Amino acid sequence: MDTSATMTLNQDDTVEAAPLAPPGDLAVWFFILAELLVFAVFFIAYAVARTHDVALFAVMQQTLDPDAGALNTVLLVSSSWCVARAVLAVDGARLRTGARWLLAALACGGGFLLVKGLEYADKFAEGIGLSTNTFYMFYLSLTFFHFMHVVLGMLVLAVLWHGVRRGHYRRGRLSGLESGAVYWHMVDLVWLVLFPLVYVLH
Amino acid sequence: MQYQSQAVAKPYFIAAIGLFVGQILFGLIMGLQYVVGDFLFPEIPFNVARMVHTNLLIVWLLFGFMGAAYYMIPEEAETELHSPKLAIAMFWIFLVAGALTIVGYLTVPYATLAELTGNDLLETMGREFLEQPLITKVGIVVVALAFLFNISMTVLKGRKTSIALVLLLGLWGLAVFFLFSFYNPSNPVLDKYFWWWVVHLWVEGVWELILGALLAFVLIKVTGVDREVIEKWLYVIITLTLITGIIGTGHHYFWIGTPEYWQWWGSIFSALEPIPFFAMTVFAFNMVNRRRREHPNKAATLWALGTGVMAFLGAGVWGFLHTLAPVNYYTHGSQITAAHGHMAFYGAYVMVVLCIISYAMPVLRGRAANSNKAQVMEMWSFWLMTIAMVFITLFLTAAGILQVWLQRFSDTPMSFMATQDQISLFYWMREWTGVVFLIGLVVYIASFFVKGETRAAA
Repeated sequence: MDTSATMTLNQDDTVEAAPLAPPGDLAVWFFILAELLVFAVFFIAYAVARTHDVALFAVMQQTLDPDAGALNTVLLVSSSWCVARAVLAVDGARLRTGARWLLAALACGGGFLLVKGLEYADKFAEGIGLSTNTFYMFYLSLTFFHFMHVVLGMLVLAVLWHGVRRGHYRRGRLSGLESGAVYWHMVDLVWLVLFPLVYVLH
Repeated sequence: MQYQSQAVAKPYFIAAIGLFVGQILFGLIMGLQYVVGDFLFPEIPFNVARMVHTNLLIVWLLFGFMGAAYYMIPEEAETELHSPKLAIAMFWIFLVAGALTIVGYLTVPYATLAELTGNDLLETMGREFLEQPLITKVGIVVVALAFLFNISMTVLKGRKTSIALVLLLGLWGLAVFFLFSFYNPSNPVLDKYFWWWVVHLWVEGVWELILGALLAFVLIKVTGVDREVIEKWLYVIITLTLITGIIGTGHHYFWIGTPEYWQWWGSIFSALEPIPFFAMTVFAFNMVNRRRREHPNKAATLWALGTGVMAFLGAGVWGFLHTLAPVNYYTHGSQITAAHGHMAFYGAYVMVVLCIISYAMPVLRGRAANSNKAQVMEMWSFWLMTIAMVFITLFLTAAGILQVWLQRFSDTPMSFMATQDQISLFYWMREWTGVVFLIGLVVYIASFFVKGETRAAA
């Protein structure tokens, strides 16, 4: 990617000139980088806190339900795949198919929220909260912050679904759709780090 | 000027600059009191000078924001202001109420002022930055509501741009969060907890939306870059601002008796607060580099770029310096906080208000830009004030580091007052730099009276 493309703020202008430019708008990539930075700082803080009390973290991790986490991983990865299929379908002018793929992605996202919600209900019923211990402070903060990102990502997908149905996107005018899609992939990517880090790695 | 009613902005801008002068004079008085403790005692004790210095800052910035909104909203909505008369009436009410409050601070003891103004009806006074008597607070709410009604009605009947919506969101947020100044729980933890909902959620939340909208407006005008591009960046910036700024409130909840998780939440989220400010700097420079026209008002462009850089340094970098809980454990409430406060307020809010005044005042006076001579003078004032503020910040930072070292970090810690004696050299240097700032401000005001060749307004 040449520097003029990196410095350009409106991706639409340069999509022809710079075929290697990332899909979607540069502004969304800037936003994604900032988001990833937030999560990265959170993950590092988790790692640092863990080194101070490895035993507590090891015991507390056992209280989480890895099956629920694994199911949610499958759901999010599937939804990302659906979103990718949706972009391909719209690029190939198959709008109805594209809209259906987005609905499927939304359904997977909804499934994630449901599973996570049940996990939370379980923990809250046991009286667990942010002040229970450092591990649970991190578990609840990290997963809830991610949970809110899933909610936001689903709102974005719903807007895209509406846009696809109304024919807002077509080949050469995919920037909006691709921007939303890469945001959703980011939400998925964060979970792919969060799940092993908090649920699995001992 | 495209719409006649934009003219109501002019008295607001003039009052803002007038009160700015008052703020700086009181800053110099208390700066001197740091080293000559009984200067002007008992007429103006330190606590009164401080109260006047900070209250004037907030009030003149509010005048600036209101003037900016009255100028921008008709142009954004492409329609005349809903009621110019209401705007002028509110101007006088706000100015007189503000002046009476300051006179009250200076002429009667604070406790007497509290008695005279009905503080026993609803106790809201006596808290830092929210010292205003109850009637002044009620007055602020009335003026704010009338102002919001006026500009909201204007937007409702006209074009709805992203800039106008972000500005409205910021201004409504400002009014809503001010309501927490009426809530004064007797539990000191809860008192402080909600006190920050006014103080922090103003300057690190909704005010940043106002800042973003003002900056975006001026950049559209002086660069001619497509509104679409500028608005997209505005959205990215305000989203980052809200994510980091709202939860970042936690950096005030480390040691006030709130649960421990705030140390993590506050540290993590507020550590990222520099990002939106950095984005703002990149945004301002990028837009100016991609400009599609050469606007004759170079001074306004300079203020816009300056806002980006100084807000990032003052709010972003100097905020980050002491925002992590383990660092803040030592630096809390030291001169490092004062250093951050000075550069953040100047870089973010003072400069953006001076930026919109720089852009709008020539237009309000019937020309696209001031004469070259006047602009050169204004740019001198920019550099004088900005460099003076950089040095004020550096001296206070040095004082703060020494203070933390001697008073809190050492094996044989000194008392507060003994420490103050040790760092008085830095206070003296800060005071002299403050004088340079005042000179810059005088040059700034003088630039309004410089004549010369000007171009007619577009």
